[in-house]
Amino acid sequence: MEVTIGLISITCLLGGLFFLFVGTFGLLRLPDVYNRLHATTKCDTLGAGLVLLSLALQSNLAVGLRLALLIIFILVTNPTAAHLIARAAYKSGIRPIVKGRISDE
Amino acid sequence: MNIPQILDFSYGLGAIVVMLMIFLSLIRALAGPTAPDRVAAINIIGTKTLIIITLIARIYGQVYFLDIAMIYALMSFITTIGVAKYLEKGALD
Repeated sequence: MEVTIGLISITCLLGGLFFLFVGTFGLLRLPDVYNRLHATTKCDTLGAGLVLLSLALQSNLAVGLRLALLIIFILVTNPTAAHLIARAAYKSGIRPIVKGRISDE
Repeated sequence: MNIPQILDFSYGLGAIVVMLMIFLSLIRALAGPTAPDRVAAINIIGTKTLIIITLIARIYGQVYFLDIAMIYALMSFITTIGVAKYLEKGALD
């Protein structure tokens, strides 16, 4: 039983690190601020949730409740922050790129 | 090598890997052409710092580091909201 939970925990940790790396790669490589937000927000939310879930599987009840609270907090605030950044970018005059051309003009 | 040793090792290695990802995100924060790029990169760095704090709490076995992580997440969110509102309206009122 302990071995099974340990293997699930290691799998969650590796999956979380993979999604965090994909998000960072998208932040570096994509051409537009909206594309970068699109890549990083979902990947970072899922990656952080998986890493914290991997820690929560290994801990007792008090630590697990705090980690669950952190996961819920990240799930609520991370998309909200990305939405606010995208809204600020749009209202301050940055237009999305569509196949190399400037759209929405 | 049994399972708890492998877990301790992989949590330490994961903290180092997340730290390298913070440096990669810092490239975008330094070089991003527009201001929302930098804000997005700083937001991502905040999330990754939170992950490092929780991994360090597991490595050192200190429970109160999780409270620090919670406060850090709150401060990062409020900072992002403030800067985004400043970018949108040009003022903070």
